[in-house]
Amino acid sequence: MSRVLFRGLILFLALAGLLIAWLRHADTGMPFLPGKQAQVWILEARIDFVADGPVMLSLNIPEQPPGFRIISEQTASPGYGFSIVEEDGRRRGEWTISEASGPQTLYYNVHMVADRDAVGGEEVPLIRRAPAVLWKEPELTAARQLLAAARARASTPESLAREIIRELTSTDPSQNAALLLASHQRTDLIERLLHDTGIPARISMGLLLKDARRNQSLTPIIEIFTGKRWVAFDPATGRQGMPDNMLLWNRGDQFLTDLVGGYDTQVSFSMIRRAMPMVNLSSAAHEGGRFRLLSIHTLPIEQQSVFKLLLLVPIAALVTVFMRVLVGLHTSGTFMPILIALAFLQTTLLPGLTTFIAIVAIGLLLRSYLSRLNLLLVARIATIIVIVVFLMGALSLIGYQLGFNTGMTVAFFPIIIIAWTIERMSILWEEEGPREVLIQGGGSLAVAVLAFVLIDNSLVGHLSFNFPELNLVVIAIIMAIGKYTGYRLLELRRFRAMEERSP
Amino acid sequence: MMGWMRPSRLRELGVVGMNRRNIEFISRYNDRRLYPLVDDKLRTKMLAHEHQLATPTLRLVIRQQHEIRRIAEKLEGLQGFAVKPAHGSGGRGILVVTGRRGERFVRSSGREMDLDDLSRHLSNIIAGLFSLGGTPDTVIIEDLIQIDPRFAEYSYQGIPDIRIIVFRGYPVMAMMRLATQVSDGKANLHQGAIGVGLDIGSGRAIHAVHFGRRVHVHPDTDAVLSGIQTPDWQTLLTLAARCHEVVGLGYIGADIVIDRDRGPLLLELNARPGLSIQVANGCGLLPRLRQVEALANGASAGERVAWSMQAFGEAGLAETGAGSPPAQGTGVPAA
Repeated sequence: MSRVLFRGLILFLALAGLLIAWLRHADTGMPFLPGKQAQVWILEARIDFVADGPVMLSLNIPEQPPGFRIISEQTASPGYGFSIVEEDGRRRGEWTISEASGPQTLYYNVHMVADRDAVGGEEVPLIRRAPAVLWKEPELTAARQLLAAARARASTPESLAREIIRELTSTDPSQNAALLLASHQRTDLIERLLHDTGIPARISMGLLLKDARRNQSLTPIIEIFTGKRWVAFDPATGRQGMPDNMLLWNRGDQFLTDLVGGYDTQVSFSMIRRAMPMVNLSSAAHEGGRFRLLSIHTLPIEQQSVFKLLLLVPIAALVTVFMRVLVGLHTSGTFMPILIALAFLQTTLLPGLTTFIAIVAIGLLLRSYLSRLNLLLVARIATIIVIVVFLMGALSLIGYQLGFNTGMTVAFFPIIIIAWTIERMSILWEEEGPREVLIQGGGSLAVAVLAFVLIDNSLVGHLSFNFPELNLVVIAIIMAIGKYTGYRLLELRRFRAMEERSP
Repeated sequence: MMGWMRPSRLRELGVVGMNRRNIEFISRYNDRRLYPLVDDKLRTKMLAHEHQLATPTLRLVIRQQHEIRRIAEKLEGLQGFAVKPAHGSGGRGILVVTGRRGERFVRSSGREMDLDDLSRHLSNIIAGLFSLGGTPDTVIIEDLIQIDPRFAEYSYQGIPDIRIIVFRGYPVMAMMRLATQVSDGKANLHQGAIGVGLDIGSGRAIHAVHFGRRVHVHPDTDAVLSGIQTPDWQTLLTLAARCHEVVGLGYIGADIVIDRDRGPLLLELNARPGLSIQVANGCGLLPRLRQVEALANGASAGERVAWSMQAFGEAGLAETGAGSPPAQGTGVPAA
């Protein structure tokens, strides 16, 4: 291809990307900077069930949850009639259809904006008095003793609730607590014990909000009524109050779904955080006309969450190209750093870096033993894959025992990639020595960290997700770099001896 | 600026960087289809044989694991030999046996090994331990190369080899690689071998580097490097130049050794030759490559060598003023 044509193509791609982005900005009012906008959570409940005859399904949906404001609600359910009904003062979405059979999927979609001032509705308890609780021996004695101990340390209903939860969540539970936990679920038990002391309590369900997550489920929350208002406690830690990233989905011991004419109901939640211009909040549900078809935002939230991640890959690829072609860093496996950078997004940088280095280092040690066994390549790598899985399990376990949550996120590392990395590094070690392993391993990590810093940046995330057309500009830059015939930065050092001969 | 070069200075010296090599030379002049011809040393050897290019005499090829059992009788009568993987690169998997002591084999390093050790090494080669990606490989067993006595003092173990960059059939730059104790008998510059730039016009040493710094004597043998004068230089260049017709690749590195009895022999060809030859010569490749690019096709190997010796030789460069190093800067000063 002639040089002029190539330059024209690059220019065209870049201009097209910028032009479409500008049109979208003009059309939908989407700002280029992430600053002046509200963080909107888009939550999607997906209900799967198998229908059999006329169907009536109701789903508990949030109503004035504390700390959030509902902007809009939508459902996607072909053929179904939908209405929102108030039932005992609670909101339920109701789907009906006269005839359906086979697997069905219904979506309920709600836009929420975090609002610290939004107080939860329903301040008056439906149950004004705690119901009576009956215990059997020997649980009765155990409950009495446990409550007596908790009461001795508490002065208010709140502190009593905290003490009860602490008794039941201690890593070294008392005999009484152990006996009770053996036959009761912990959350139910906390509620029962609270009722026994005369404090009205209930189990509510909350949704933990984390960006771009799929297949989430609700977590239980204990709420007690203090005479004026409901106070929430985390049954796992005893922490008082509703966490900022917790959305109260339904209150009290109500069934999340209620299905007539079907079976096997399953509910899962997907969520995504999106920046939306303040002015657009009211019309957030329906986006600008021309760009509606071109917008990722029209996809179901589940798919959007995937795309939010995928749209960061081009930037990471650009970083890799830049570091290899312009700087001259060696990386092991051309695009391995991209996958590592994406994994860092889940694990966060420092824990991710530590665990990654730990896994590869231990893997290298074990691989050096494998090389003595003289296995065939495919069998050898398969063995390493299994070893890596074990290592990840072990690290998660250790992390969990030590109380680091981060240990658990190790599973986000791409196992196959790590196994290949170990194999490559080990061959490199045998052939070129540890120095080269450090150079290439360090190069890969440097590129991964740089890519992570970029894709973790809120501006980059905002632009790549809301203006996907800007990737045309990224392609143009990558292609332009692909024609670069000048020196790499590190070659300026590599050829330093050249100066010595010339005068 | 200690230890770093300015890009403008590198450009002035005509240094070719990795990106330029890949885009303007390798991908433009080397047809991917032809790579297997040079990546497999056995195929290169067969092709060279067809074209009557001298290579080390082939004694034995082992393709299957079961053939290893009868290796003792096959090697009978061979005092010294070299074992190589057909797909090895960078000298990996090469084993040189210089003689026998009773039942045992003596390696070039002086260490001894028995038949079991040798068999295990052969088995590893066939299993693909030394080939890229671990694909099954073939063993080549060749005659031992007898070191030319004129080179004995310049190399610590191993035999010096000569790398010549051949562009469109024209030899453009040459260097001799000398193994050192640090490089463990290997001839790769980044592993610690000495690179000695050779004058294309005469085969004399003009510059030498070790670990990226200029040196004048061999660190192990104390031999003065400026004394190197490659014998049979024109024959050697012609051998390299003819490789272009043999494999059809436009930009290659030819590795050649000089045998005491047989003269220059082609060891192997490389379709992606490295750039450190420029450091060894203290001189950039680009002006020479551009000069060759301007030439027409159709010259014979002999004519091409004559042209190169005239155009790129130190005498020729000084005459025409082409290339960067001026005449008085040439030559390794005598110690």
